[in-house]
Amino acid sequence: MNALGSVFLRREAGIAVMIVLFCLAVGMIRPRFLTLDELRIILLLTPLILIGAMGQMLVILSRHVDLSIGSTQGFAAMATAMMFKFHPEIPWYLGFGVAIGVGIGLGFVNGALITLFRLPAIIVTLGTLNLYRGLTFIISDAKQIDRQFVPAALKGMSTTSPIFDIPWIIFMALGTALMTHWFANHSRIGRQVFALGSNPAAAPLRGIRVNAVTLMVFMISGALAGLSGIMYASRWGFVNPSNTGFGFEFQVIAAVVIGGVSINGGVGSVLGVTLGVLLLGCVSAALPLLGIPGAAQNAIYGAVILIALLIDRSVRQRGIAALALRRVAA
Amino acid sequence: MVETASAMPDVPLMAARGITKSFASIEVLRDVDLDLRRGEIHALLGENGAGKSTFAKILAGVHRPTRGTLTLNGAQVEVLNPIVAQRLGITLIHQEPICFPDLTVAENLVLGQKGGSPLARVPWAEMTRNARQLMDLLGVKIDVSKTMRGLSIADQQMVEIARALASDSRLIIMDEPTAPLTPKEVETLFAIARRLRDEGRTIVFISHRLEEVRILCNRVTIFRDGNKVATEDIQSFTDADIIRQMIGRPLREYMKKHGTTIGEVALKVEGLTLPGVFFDISLEVRKGEIVGLGGLVGAGRTDVARAIFGVSPAASGKISINGKPVQISDPSQAIALGLAFVPEDRAAAGIFRTLPVEENITAAVPGKIAPSGVIRRSLERVLAEDSVRKLRIRLASFRQPIGELSGGNQQKTILARWLLTEPRVLILDEPTRGIDIGVKAEFYDMIGELAASGRAILLISSELPELLALCDRVLVMSEGRITANIPRERATQESIMNAAVPRSTREAAA
Repeated sequence: MNALGSVFLRREAGIAVMIVLFCLAVGMIRPRFLTLDELRIILLLTPLILIGAMGQMLVILSRHVDLSIGSTQGFAAMATAMMFKFHPEIPWYLGFGVAIGVGIGLGFVNGALITLFRLPAIIVTLGTLNLYRGLTFIISDAKQIDRQFVPAALKGMSTTSPIFDIPWIIFMALGTALMTHWFANHSRIGRQVFALGSNPAAAPLRGIRVNAVTLMVFMISGALAGLSGIMYASRWGFVNPSNTGFGFEFQVIAAVVIGGVSINGGVGSVLGVTLGVLLLGCVSAALPLLGIPGAAQNAIYGAVILIALLIDRSVRQRGIAALALRRVAA
Repeated sequence: MVETASAMPDVPLMAARGITKSFASIEVLRDVDLDLRRGEIHALLGENGAGKSTFAKILAGVHRPTRGTLTLNGAQVEVLNPIVAQRLGITLIHQEPICFPDLTVAENLVLGQKGGSPLARVPWAEMTRNARQLMDLLGVKIDVSKTMRGLSIADQQMVEIARALASDSRLIIMDEPTAPLTPKEVETLFAIARRLRDEGRTIVFISHRLEEVRILCNRVTIFRDGNKVATEDIQSFTDADIIRQMIGRPLREYMKKHGTTIGEVALKVEGLTLPGVFFDISLEVRKGEIVGLGGLVGAGRTDVARAIFGVSPAASGKISINGKPVQISDPSQAIALGLAFVPEDRAAAGIFRTLPVEENITAAVPGKIAPSGVIRRSLERVLAEDSVRKLRIRLASFRQPIGELSGGNQQKTILARWLLTEPRVLILDEPTRGIDIGVKAEFYDMIGELAASGRAILLISSELPELLALCDRVLVMSEGRITANIPRERATQESIMNAAVPRSTREAAA
């Protein structure tokens, strides 16, 4: 392994160490935190974020950002749940196609606005964040779709599976992560995503179709946000126009950045992001267990993210400094 | 296509005919005919804006010609874009290579090669192996599994050359490749360029450095104002010929000293010392006088200027302005006392790249544009218009970011900024480095005019002709000490160089 590779690995090892230290600290106060039941709770908190984070990772790698994924999740979940309510005759598993399809459509709108009009992604997706949320209220008439309309088989995916009773949605999330890893590191187009984020000005000179790649990452982000939408319906059993996906983009972007993806594009790995998601899951699970009142949880959650970023930044700078020293010495 | 080439050795590799290029109705290139032969290193010379870079970019598909044809190996080609150029075997290597800093060297080599579906697997092992072979072939030690970010500019250029070889380019265009390189790196680059030429490839070499062109190139083409003015074997031109062709008239005409009356002492420095850097520096500059400060790079000239201006003050010594002793420990004090210092590295120490030209001009005189504390744009514009006219700064609009101007015009803008502070003493550190010969001549005029208006000027320069042409006196520094004070009449290249060479070296030679 060359020097730079070891710096990257050190970075991912750093997140892993943070997870272990955090869990041990919480476990000392509340031993229950280190049980299998609690692990199950943590793991159930993460699949939606992990799936959203895979799309967001590709977007951020290409030096863009997608703020609209929470609203995309909400809209896709609502559209799917309304199909279940008004057309119960349609097989439940087709809901995946609907949710992903809606997500692709909304992602396409983002990508098209960004590429056609040369607008910054942060502005476009800030706009569509509100637009898609508003559309969710309009199509649902601002009414929640309740538990009885969500197919039991779909809800079952969040409770069990034939493999150690680990819920299906966890396997789906891991499968998405593995596919994203292959896509990002071993496909030609995936490397072009890295290249585009690393130097957008050079990309067209090297035959990269910038608009196509940009459109693609936003469609993937939308597709995965849509997938997370139907998984929300599976996990919670209802879809609410104001709650579903609200703040989702915050959790996802936090996980991606904690996971070591450079906000300037071009640098990041699926392993790092997965560990970032896991760290967030641990924090979310620990806060109620520690008896922290609901009102304070958001503030603490935010503070933990900032602390994680600061630790990571200092670890990375030391890594780069060590690398530079080695080069000077050589 | 390469096979056809070897079958027809007398057909030029690339023949350009009637190449014309206009940007928004301004012709920047006019009817250029040029043949590039196999196995030659061909220099393109000309001032900035003469059209040489535009021509190179047309060859490489970065620009499309407005009119004219390109013929490669006897067949007419349309070089639609850089990717087509690559497939035709034409590679343009930029001075600071375009790369993807976060990707590995090996990936940078193959990215953009055609073939394969978007979802095709990236053959990492094979890619890395091929990249290593290419580096071995070039004889350079670059770890291809590292990212580009850590590489020096010289190594990045080597990667670009390797990329040209990976796609078997027959025509390799280097746009001012040597400017950011150290002398040793330049040697390596030249050795590789010669090898590629001997393999029958064609190299187009763009440079401002005549001595490099002379040792490396076989033929030279000179551009002026968008026209090709000459193509010849390098031996058939003297340097003076080349300069005359580039600027359209001999340089000497520009270099004449204005008649000036020299007045009282404006700046007097006595015994200025900063241990380890410079020692016992004493000098004086009178009103209307241009005093040169010559010497080798590293002799401590810039350090003296920085000490006088208060950027990094000296440990001991006296400075007086207009006969009054002063203490300067900070540049703002120096400015208040009527000193101005135009630093050598304008990119790092001079310009605010993204701000408009007019704001760059008025940056040192906030009091003049905001008498009440609020900036009045009309006052700013009046000052900017006046400066632009006086210094003949070429710009598209006053609101244009200064980063878009050419180097010479950026330098004029900085000079304009300092002139607005109405300095009595002006210190110029290598004011004409990296700017075109034509603009240089304008600078010489301006420096002369400034002296004629009664300002005292201390001119740091490493260019001997510049010192000889402009200065009333030349001080020479060597190893942190002033080693000579030569009046204009006795100043020659030899007398300056003799004093500039470190004593230890001279003794060793004797």
